[in-house]
Formats: sequence, structure tokens, C-alpha cells
Amino acid sequence: MTAPALDLRAVARAYGGGRTLFGARPVVRAVDGVTLALPQGRTLGIVGESGSGKSTLGRLALGLETPDAGHVTAFGAPMPAPGTPAWRALRRRMQMVFQDPLGALDRRIPVADQVAEPLAIHGIGAPAERRARALDALAAVGLSAAQGGRYPHELSGGQRQRVVIARALITDPDVLVCDEPVSALDVSIQAQVVNLLIDLKAARGLAMVFISHDLRVVRQIADRVAVMYLGRIVEEGAAEAVLRDPRHPYTRALVSAAPAPGRHRRERVILSGEPPNPAARPAGCAFHPRCPVAVARCRSEAPALEPAPDGHATACHRVTPAAERAA
Amino acid sequence: MAAPLVRIEGLTVAFDGAPAVRGVDLAVHPGEAVGIVGESGSGKSVTWLAALRLLPAKAAVAGRVLLDGRDLLALPLPEVEAVRGGRIGMIFQDPASALNPVLRIRRQLGEVLARHRGLSGAAIAAEARRLLDLVGIPDAARRLDSYPHEMSGGQNQRVMIAMAIAGQPDLLVADEPTTALDVTIQAQILDLLAALRRELGMALVLISHDLGVVAETCDRVAVMYAGRVVEMGPAEPLFDAPRHPYTRGLLDALPTLDAAERLVAIPGVVPDPRAMPPGCAFAPRCAHAAPVCLGAEPALRATLPGRWSACARPDLDLAAPPPRPPATPAPAAEAVA
Amino acid sequence: MLRYLAVRAFRAAVTIALVVTFAFVVLRMSGDPAILIMGPEVPPEALAAFRRAWGLDQPIWVQYVRYFGAILNGDLGMSMRDNRPAIEMVAERIPATLALTVPALVLKLAVGIPLGVWAALHQGTGFDRAVMVAAVFGFAIPSFVLALVLVLVFSVDLGWLPSGGQGTVAHMILPVLTLGLGGAAALARFTRSAMLEVLGRPYIRTASAKGLPWAAVVRGHALPNAAIPTVTLVGFLVGSLIAGAVVVESVFSWPGVGRMLVVAVASRDLAIVQCILLLVAATMVTSNLVVDVLYGVLDPRLRHGARAAA
Ligand SMILES: Nc1ncnc2c1ncn2[C@@H]1O[C@H](COP(=O)(O)OP(=O)(O)OP(=O)(O)O)[C@@H](O)[C@H]1O
Ligand SMILES: Nc1ncnc2c1ncn2[C@@H]1O[C@H](COP(=O)(O)OP(=O)(O)OP(=O)(O)O)[C@@H](O)[C@H]1O
Ligand SMILES: [Mg+2]
Ligand SMILES: [Mg+2]
Repeated sequence: MTAPALDLRAVARAYGGGRTLFGARPVVRAVDGVTLALPQGRTLGIVGESGSGKSTLGRLALGLETPDAGHVTAFGAPMPAPGTPAWRALRRRMQMVFQDPLGALDRRIPVADQVAEPLAIHGIGAPAERRARALDALAAVGLSAAQGGRYPHELSGGQRQRVVIARALITDPDVLVCDEPVSALDVSIQAQVVNLLIDLKAARGLAMVFISHDLRVVRQIADRVAVMYLGRIVEEGAAEAVLRDPRHPYTRALVSAAPAPGRHRRERVILSGEPPNPAARPAGCAFHPRCPVAVARCRSEAPALEPAPDGHATACHRVTPAAERAA
Repeated sequence: MAAPLVRIEGLTVAFDGAPAVRGVDLAVHPGEAVGIVGESGSGKSVTWLAALRLLPAKAAVAGRVLLDGRDLLALPLPEVEAVRGGRIGMIFQDPASALNPVLRIRRQLGEVLARHRGLSGAAIAAEARRLLDLVGIPDAARRLDSYPHEMSGGQNQRVMIAMAIAGQPDLLVADEPTTALDVTIQAQILDLLAALRRELGMALVLISHDLGVVAETCDRVAVMYAGRVVEMGPAEPLFDAPRHPYTRGLLDALPTLDAAERLVAIPGVVPDPRAMPPGCAFAPRCAHAAPVCLGAEPALRATLPGRWSACARPDLDLAAPPPRPPATPAPAAEAVA
Repeated sequence: MLRYLAVRAFRAAVTIALVVTFAFVVLRMSGDPAILIMGPEVPPEALAAFRRAWGLDQPIWVQYVRYFGAILNGDLGMSMRDNRPAIEMVAERIPATLALTVPALVLKLAVGIPLGVWAALHQGTGFDRAVMVAAVFGFAIPSFVLALVLVLVFSVDLGWLPSGGQGTVAHMILPVLTLGLGGAAALARFTRSAMLEVLGRPYIRTASAKGLPWAAVVRGHALPNAAIPTVTLVGFLVGSLIAGAVVVESVFSWPGVGRMLVVAVASRDLAIVQCILLLVAATMVTSNLVVDVLYGVLDPRLRHGARAAA
């Protein structure tokens, strides 16, 4: 069996804490013990609460940040330390599409040049060839050569997002981490980009981590889905199973709240209570203060992520025990 | 019907001779929620940036934007500055870049309160905290001392929303306000906006690619394509029975939660603004294009009561979606063991 | 933050050590100090005695170790010419140099930054273009040329100001102008481009959309961001307070550290040269350190260790 493209073991990352010249800071445990594997050529969707650590997890997975605990393996080898030659060489195989496209682009350089930049960095091709490849990559996401000559602020939000996607794809990476890659796109171009990613996965065995709030898009593109809540994974399984038959109460709320035109004013599970504060994690199950089915045990004991025999794992005391489900 | 709060008349915007907005007419009535959807790059954001005179000097803007009968495009700048953030609030796309990286949230939020609500000192702090609570940011008191880079994408987006509603505007222009939010917080924000409309009579312009959010939130919807409004009408009938083939195409491109099917994008690409096709701008991509579409560009005309469409073939039957192509089974689609 | 400071301070120390080593190597390699100081006609015994007295007869590495050890103990050696502690002699000259460079620095800041900001705010106008043309000239003209032009105009032609020497405020005007104008031009250009970069950022539009008057947007939102890159250049200017006046002091025969350096190099007065180099390196490095700390104050993203990005 080939090594998984990415393998994360109990990784954790906290921000803040400690004393600084500017006073004490609370510790925010952005990612708190996450174990995940991404087989080559597969797509893992990550959904979850805003601020639950999805972007942080994406950066950890690509080695853009180093975990405080746990370790990350890429293609069977430990993730090299940031800045080392090995790490830099790995950049070409592993790319990220950042959540904030404007922040990820340099405002002084025409976008086509920025798309070609990774080729120059990794010394691929002659300058003329690089330019041609950049224009091809832009065309693949529906942007013209004229638009390639513009500066980032001269493009619309969706156009910028596509530039970032084109830049990530130009080195033919093996792993792509997409952080909200299609939320700024109109549905038609979104369909075009999603189809493109699916085709790349099929044709080139591209492995992807696909972070999105749009459950429908995740459903289209992901093989498996992990649901995050306050730095931990609360549910993980095949995309179809998680999104059609959600087991964790948080996932159920998510799925019921997904809006669609046509089904006007539909039923949705409204979560009561405060959104969670990552600097003061509730004891027991972090979701219990907002959970409609919480019991006493949920307040004291944190549930572990337990896989059922069908491979669908849930971290909830109230989910029917695995054995019964399998029967 | 009451007089509109804001009326945009014949607005055009061009950058270096390339038209971005090509004649938009749109009225927003007090308390009303108008959705604006449409193709990326069709001029949704630019329309409202132009209305508030927030575009760079090189943009050539023409037309009128009337607020209480005064043309914002012709007023002296100080009077427009008094309108911005006060009577008209704006939420920007790309929240992480739209916040100042070197200033704390407290300062960025406090500014609006000082300018438009006349608050100072402790009152600002209290109100700022209340606003962060309203948009669902946990630990609001401490978060006021954070910088934008210390927040997640969705947290920044909610700060942006808090800033825009801080001035208690009569009209809130929300450009993609919920892209970075998970659906439960999205629902919470949409409820908040609905409450503000109810309680303060605030009007809302919601620019979004999320047709579900628009359908759920808005009374009326305008669909934009290539710098113009191509269809407008009440939300529910518009999405149930679109009158313009572009709107139909958008609906058909929507993914579903039920099954993984190959998505149907509208074929072709958006026309180059410097070389617009003759006649209807959508004709080159339209499955229903006929010779009549290549003549003059169709105007936005009333079709049914309250419904407007800019299609040269107003009698097309677009109710039923075209048959989907069979789902191509992706080789890696089976569950990962 | 403390870690960040520690790393910076360590780097500063390494930089100084390198400068010291470099000075040692270059000066020892480029001629025999004994001959240069005593003159070629001196008998060999006298030369040998001089060498012994100054330790020049030892193997080069022994000299290096001694020299380095002495510096660590704060002993910068004796001037070979005047037989006085080098540090004392250099210290005597510092006030004269600062009397030129400090007013010049004030001139640079007071003229360069406002001009740059103003030009950026009126980009494309006649004023902006005039500032930029002036800045290119001020930047491109070497200081000795500028000094000569100023002398020709104000001393020779108009006879308003003395062309050299020291004593009155009038003596200071031309050297300070020479020093200040070039720096002001560089600073104006730099400030302008930093400001333009910031003014194009989306958060400036956000600040406008909040209804803040333009002046408040510039003051409250644009300037704090534009200050971040500008601080680098200001730090460099502060760092050159001691070393930046070599040419100007020579042209105007101003008895400062710069002229002392020129004389000491010509006569191979090792201790003096080393002492000045050390002083220059120390000011440079200190101002760099201050710049780094200022970065942390101005830019919160650096304060808690920036997160890695693409
Ligand atoms: N540099 C930082 N300093 C302090 N806190 C941080 C930093 N970066 C992230 N955080 C905090 O870590 C938590 C997780 O952030 P992250 O950006 O990973 O969330 P996310 O799941 O991507 O959210 P979203 O969907 O809103 O983008 C948040 O509470 C955030 O405030
Ligand atoms: N400053 C500018 N200079 C030149 N062209 C611009 C500028 N700003 C916008 N444009 C162009 O104007 C057109 C309309 O842009 P706008 O931002 O309004 O699109 P949008 O409808 O909001 O799209 P999206 O949904 O992707 O945000 C686009 O083609 C864009 O490239
Ligand atoms: Mg994120
Ligand atoms: Mg937009």
C-alpha cells in the first residue's frame, strides 16, 4: 500500500499564552488533538463552526505552521521544518488556496505574473513557456489573458479567487489544501471550478483537503468529511453518510441549516446558547452547552471519536453505540 | 408605494474605457430587502461602491444615485462622508483584507460609534462589546483587544458586520456577508439582520452568490449579468419560475445535498467588456438564442406584474430544468476505506 | 517577544564581531604600520622596537586574539601617533560630528516625510511630479558634488556663507544642507511609495465607508501602516549619524570623526581606525535593534511571532 499523502497524528496548535511585553494573553487552543489521514488521490472535506480551527489545521497539514504537539507526515516522511530546502522542495507538490484571496496576492504585480511565479521559484520551464502555462491555468478557471494583465484590486472578488486557484494548480501539485475556495464564486463558475478539481483528481490523482462552509459543494467533491467543533473532530466518515445521515448533534444542526432556494423557510435546528469560546473550553463535551440532547454525563466526560464498524466515527455519548448500529 | 429610500438611475461605470456597469436602474424602499445575484464580475460590488463614491479616481462614473432626492454623485464630499457608515452602512467582501491590520478591533469599531452615534469613553466600550455579542463572537470583551490577524476568517467577517450596523443605518449594503460563516452562524446573522429590519426599519441590499440565502432573506431579487440587471422580481416566483435564461442557468448549476452529480456550468465565458457582442450580452452562451437576440440589446421590461426581464424572447418556457447529463462516475468516488 | 529580542541582540553582537575582524584583517594586510608611522628612513632597530612595543612582531593570530581580548575588556588601544587612548581621542571629535549630523537628521525628517506624504496624497499633480523630480536629483547627486555646488553658489558667488571651518552657526549651514538634502530626497521618495501602497489597500476604503473624513482616514489608518516600512529607512539614517559625514567633513574641513577617520587611514593609525569602525558598527547595529523593536510596536503581526504564509 502506498503511503498516505498526508497523515496527521494528534496534532495540536495553540495561540497566545505566555507573558509578552504587552501583557498576558489567553491561550486559544485552535487545534486540539486531531488525527487524520488523507490517502493519495482522495478528497477530504472539512466543515465546521467558524473559528473551530479549520484554517489552522490546513496550515499545519501543509507544514506552513509547526504543531505544538503531534506530528505530520507527508508521503510517508516526516514534515520537514519550515524554511529548510526539503520543505521548500515539498512546496511544489503541496499547495494551498488561502481563504483571503486579496491578502494572498501581491497588489503590485499583474496577476498572470503571480500565477507564473511558482514556476520561476521552482525553476520550471523557460520564461516564455512559463507565461504560456500561466495563461493556460487562467483559462482553465475561466479568466482571459486580458484579465491576467490586471492587478488584483482591478478584479472582482470571484476573479481574484480564481487567480489564487490557478496559481496553486500551476505546479501540478499532488496535494492541494483549499480553504473556502469557491465561496466567492457565482454558482456557474463554482460548478466550473468544482468540475475542474474533480477532473484533476481523476486524471492526476490529486489529493485534496477541501475546507468549506458550503455543505453542498463538499458533498459533490469530497470522498470523506470531517466535522470540526472547537479544535476537535466530532464526526468523520464517508461524505454521503455524514451529510445524509449525520449522527453528531452539531452536524445535524449544520445539515438542517443549509439554505437552498425553493425550499423557503424550512425547518432548521436552531442552536441555542452562546457560540463557544475557544479560550475557555467547556468541560466535558465542548458542545454540551448548546446541545439539544445533552445529559449529565456530557458535562463531565469528554467523548472520544469512536468509529462504528461502517467506518463512520462520532464523538458523542448520545450516539447509538456502534455495535447496535452495525446490527 | 412609498417613495424609495435610494434610487439608482442609469448608473454606468467604466475603468480605462472598459465598461463594468452598463446602465443599472434599481430602487430600494425603506425596510425592504433586495438581493443582488449574478455572475462574478458582473458589477454587483462596483455598483454600490460607485453609489457611495468609494471607487478610485480612475473610474468613470455617470448616472444618478438619489437618497431623499439628493444625488450622492453630485453632492460635496463632506456630505457624502456623513452618509457613509451613518445612513448607508456597507459590509465588504474579503473581510480579512478590509480590516486595518495594525489597529485593534476596539478602535476600528469605536470609530463608527464616535462618528455616527456620538458616543465616547466607556459608552463606546460597552456598545462595542454589545455589537460583538450580537454578531455571535464569543468572549467579546477580550476580543475587542484582538488584531484582525488573530481572528479566524469568519470572526473577521462578523467584526465587519458589527462595524456596518454600528451606525444604525437606514440601508445596509452587505456584499457577501456570510461567505466565511458556517451555516449555523450564518443563520444567526441572517436572523440578526431580519431583527434589525423589523425593529429599526432598516433596508437591506444583500449581494450574494448563495442563492439559498438570498431566497430566504430577500423580498425582491435583481439578477446581474455583464454590468446590467437582466431579471428582477419577487424572490420566490423568480427562483421558482425564472424568466431569463441566465437565471435558469444559475439555478441549474446549483449543487444538491442529495447526490454527487457532475455540476452543470453555463457553457462559454463572459464577454470581454471592451468587445461586447451585438444584441443580448448573454446570447453567445444562451441555449435559446435566436436571430432576434443578435439585434438590439433587450431592455429590462415588465413581463408579469412586479416582474422584469431583459430577454428578447419573453415567451420562452424556462420552468423545467433541462435534463441533466448523466453523472460521470469519478474513478475515486467510492468511499475511502 | 523576549525571544525575538534575544535573537536580534545575538545577531547584533555577531555583526559587530565581524566588523572588528574585518577591520583587523584589512588594515594588517594593506601595509606595514611601523614603516608608515616612523617613515622609511628610520633605522631597522627603531622599527623593530616600535613593532615590539605595539606587539606587531607576534604571529598574526596572536595579534588577533590579543586585540579581540582587549576589545572585550573595553580597551580599544592607544593611538600609535599620539600615544593617547584612542577612545579618548575619538570621543573628543564626536560632538563636532553630531553638531552636523543631528541638525541634518532633523532636516531630513522634517522635510522628507511631509513631502512624501503630501506627494502621495496628491499623486499625479504638478506638486507630486515636482517633488519626485527634485527627489531623483537629490538622490542621484553625490554629496561632494552637491557640497561643491553649494560652496560655489553661496560662498564664492554670493559670498553669504563661509566655505569651511568651524565656530559659528553660519559655518554649519552649508554642511548641514549638504547632508540633509540628499537624505530628505531619499526619505520623500520612500515615504511616498509606502504611502501610495497603503492608500490602495482595501482597509482604507473600509475606513472611508465608515464615514470618517478623509483627513482622519489618512491620519488614523494610512499613516500607522505607512510608518512600518518608513521606519527602516529612518533607522538607517539614525545609524549613519556618526559615519555619514565623512565626505562632507572633508570637503568643509570640519574637525569631526569622519575627517579623523580619513587622516587615520592615510597614516595607518590602527587603533584610531578600529575604534571608529567599532563605534560606527555599534551605532548601526543599535539603531537596527531599535528598528526591530519599533516594528514590533508598530506591527502587531510581528509581535507574537508572525504566522507562516505562502
Ligand atoms: N495568529 C493567531 N493568534 C491568536 N489566535 C489565533 C491566531 N490564528 C487563529 N487564531 C484563533 O484560533 C481559532 C481558530 O482559527 P482558524 O482560523 O483556524 O478558524 P477556522 O475554522 O478557519 O474559522 P473560519 O471558518 O471562521 O475561517 C480562532 O478562535 C482564532 O481566533
Ligand atoms: N479598480 C478597478 N479597476 C479596473 N477594473 C475593475 C476595478 N474594480 C472592478 N473592476 C472590474 O469591474 C468588473 C465588475 O467588478 P465587481 O467587483 O463589481 O464584480 P462583482 O459582480 O462584485 O463580482 P464578484 O461576485 O466576483 O465579487 C469586473 O470585471 C472587475 O474586473
Ligand atoms: Mg478559516
Ligand atoms: Mg463583488
